[in-house]
Amino acid sequence: MSTTVNVAARRGFLNAAVAFKKTGGARLNKHSGTDVFLEFDDVKKSYDQKSLVVKGFNIAVEQGEFITLLGPSGSGKTTVLMMLAGFESVTSGTIAIRGQSINKTAPYKRNIGMVFQNYALFPHMTVAENLGYPLGVRGMAKADQRKRISEYLDLVELGDFGNRYPGQLSGGQRQRVALARAMIFEPTLILMDEPLGALDKKLREQMQYEITRLHEQLGFTVMYVTHDQAEALSMSNRIAVFNDGIVQQCAAPAELYEKPANAFVAEFIGENNFIEGQVDRIEGKHAIVTIKGEGTITAEAAEGLVAGGRCVVSVRPEKLFIHPSTHAHDHDIKATFVARIYVGDFIRYYFRLADNKEIVVKVLNDLSAPEFGEGDVGRLQWLTSDCIAFPHSGEMPGVTG
Amino acid sequence: MAEATTNLRTHAAKRLAPEDARNAAREVRARRLRAFLFVAPLLVFVMFAFVAPIASMLFRSAYNPTVANLVPASLVAIADWDGEGRPSDDVLGQFAIDLKRLANDRTSGQLAEEINRFLPGTSSVVKSTARTLRRVDDGTLAQTGPALLLDANDAWAEPGIWRALQEAGKVYTTSYYLTALDLEMTRDGSIQQRDTQIYLKLYGKTLWMALIITVLTLILGYPLAFHMAQSSTSRANFLMVFVLLPFWTSLLVRTTSWIALLQTNGVVNSTLIALGLTQDPFELLYTQFSTIIAMTHILLPFMVLPLYSVMRGIDPSYMRAAMSMGSRPIPAFLKIYLPMSLPGLSAGALLVFIISVGYYITPALVGGTDGQMISNIIAFHMQQSNNWELAAALGSLLLFLIIALYWLYDRFIGAGNIKLG
Ligand SMILES: Nc1ncnc2c1ncn2[C@@H]1O[C@H](COP(=O)(O)OP(=O)(O)OP(=O)(O)O)[C@@H](O)[C@H]1O
Ligand SMILES: [Mg+2]
Repeated sequence: MSTTVNVAARRGFLNAAVAFKKTGGARLNKHSGTDVFLEFDDVKKSYDQKSLVVKGFNIAVEQGEFITLLGPSGSGKTTVLMMLAGFESVTSGTIAIRGQSINKTAPYKRNIGMVFQNYALFPHMTVAENLGYPLGVRGMAKADQRKRISEYLDLVELGDFGNRYPGQLSGGQRQRVALARAMIFEPTLILMDEPLGALDKKLREQMQYEITRLHEQLGFTVMYVTHDQAEALSMSNRIAVFNDGIVQQCAAPAELYEKPANAFVAEFIGENNFIEGQVDRIEGKHAIVTIKGEGTITAEAAEGLVAGGRCVVSVRPEKLFIHPSTHAHDHDIKATFVARIYVGDFIRYYFRLADNKEIVVKVLNDLSAPEFGEGDVGRLQWLTSDCIAFPHSGEMPGVTG
Repeated sequence: MAEATTNLRTHAAKRLAPEDARNAAREVRARRLRAFLFVAPLLVFVMFAFVAPIASMLFRSAYNPTVANLVPASLVAIADWDGEGRPSDDVLGQFAIDLKRLANDRTSGQLAEEINRFLPGTSSVVKSTARTLRRVDDGTLAQTGPALLLDANDAWAEPGIWRALQEAGKVYTTSYYLTALDLEMTRDGSIQQRDTQIYLKLYGKTLWMALIITVLTLILGYPLAFHMAQSSTSRANFLMVFVLLPFWTSLLVRTTSWIALLQTNGVVNSTLIALGLTQDPFELLYTQFSTIIAMTHILLPFMVLPLYSVMRGIDPSYMRAAMSMGSRPIPAFLKIYLPMSLPGLSAGALLVFIISVGYYITPALVGGTDGQMISNIIAFHMQQSNNWELAAALGSLLLFLIIALYWLYDRFIGAGNIKLG
């Protein structure tokens, strides 16, 4: 039942989007220019005057960019958004919009739209009244308000829902109202704190698509917070990976995935294998690493790697191939087969290396997927360009995913 | 439409067979019986402790058989009297015989009291006549009863006391309700205001005081509950102890401590004098002021608790959302927070108002004459004047009043809006 509704809604959604592009969309189209729009300069935050929750946050955001803050729970993502929206004070550093510090600006003067995780729709007001609230605050005439409200209701494909109360809407509909309410007063910056956290997978994917579409269509700048890396990778222009109050890496999704700056990012984004070793020597951009029981392999050297130090070499499961394969390879190591898990579109193979660490290989589920018996020894192959050696950070990351 | 037909079809297919239907019905019955057994003890308790007393109160307010039981024969005799002049000698004679019997049974006092209610000042007439008649022997009484009666007191020659007897002799009467509303029935059956207006004024004062107390608890409680809802859990729990503290001390102790504070040479006055702010102590105790202030203190938790529990459930993101959309804090509070806290506010206000309308102990202890409320006059009629019927009528009116207020509230605000947690 619900599937049908969703599909129908989505179909209608597309139509509305097309219609909107033809009529009112142009007014809101993307500004051009590559000047820095929003800038965090060494922003720090402490709640208890003892420890820092955000330890020197730096980022420069361009007009119209979609920036995602991604990081584990408690890493300070919400805190950054709250400082930007003005609900938490900045302990030190500056937040500037178009070069003007907004540290001391009251939240209601910042003109920043916000979508909350719980939507924060006012339960005692109808959908239309909710959307009209920011317009009324700005003293817009009633007639203009009505026009704008119906325009934005159409935009999120809720044209007939203006008289409903938030309590009478489904999760996805509420989400769309919240989105429309954050956009309706045409803020240049919209903050979203895990806006899709409460939705199921299917609805989440639909809403990801909608947010991306609206962002492209209306051209506002987005600061987005999520736990979900697939969401981050698919929606953002750039992702700031957060851990422990520090940005570990801020880069475009592909770069983050292909060229993680450190072991944390390599582990946090996507699935990864980590093989422990010792750096033999460094030759330009490459490191020669000794692996227990396998001699040496060559890997891309990450920053901070020193000859003679311990390191971990990361290889993504889909970059590993099981011999025999037709794929090109630079390395070839022996591994004992442990288990094989059927996932559907691909198959996961678990192997054990000489140092007893487990390693995962993802193989497309086609005719070439090999068969193994427990304890059989196979050979894993990969390219030098697909593995990176990171300095060992004391505690060893496990297999992730 | 297509969906409706499908529904119908599946419905038809799913209809129960007679055997299944019987089983299902039996199961529902069994479940109902079990549910009933669970609440049966409570039901019995409520019947005994709540329904029965209230029903008897309602009954008593209109049913008064005392006089009818004391002097049944006299009442039969006087039934034909036209209400003008002196009743016939038959009536007088019969009453003299009855009164003698009552005097010997030592129940003449009861009769005196009952008649007195309808014609104040006649209590002593009845009692003294009874004392006179007690010593007369039955033979003499049968012959010269009327004369003896008229000799004993001139009042027996007037129609007033006989009308009072007739009134008091009615088993079912609305006169207590009329009295409770400061009305009385004239002899021709029309209803008119009494000369002395007591009870309506008292009801008005009670409602007014309850309103003031409600507003005061609101003014004090709302910011407190708001602050508690905004603070961390540990701090809120700490403050909650202070809110609940009054609940944990005896009502009597709390009220008496107000006496200690407010009396003429109490803490407040001696402080004021010591500070040189006044020469003569203020009359603080035994006034309306002291009743209101002490009751506000006592009822404050009833306001704070529902407010707090509702406010605790209001996510801070609502206010933040309003401000992010450009609303200043105070308009955002009025437009967003206040309506969302309304269920707690109305629950608290209703609770405080209804409790204070029927409050007894505090006005009794610190109210003096000025600070008395309707419950105190009810208690007075039950304990001092022994007029249980009037007390019952006043109590019933209080009950109707509260039901009416609740109905008004439900009509305009909606009882569904009440939220205690
Ligand atoms: N109001 C506050 N007072 C004190 N400490 C706080 C407050 N809000 C957050 N913290 C602490 O700051 C740290 C970062 O919190 P924050 O909410 O920013 O994390 P987050 O990255 O948004 O996490 P999540 O993904 O779980 O939402 C946490 O350790 C948290 O306990
Ligand atoms: Mg968060």
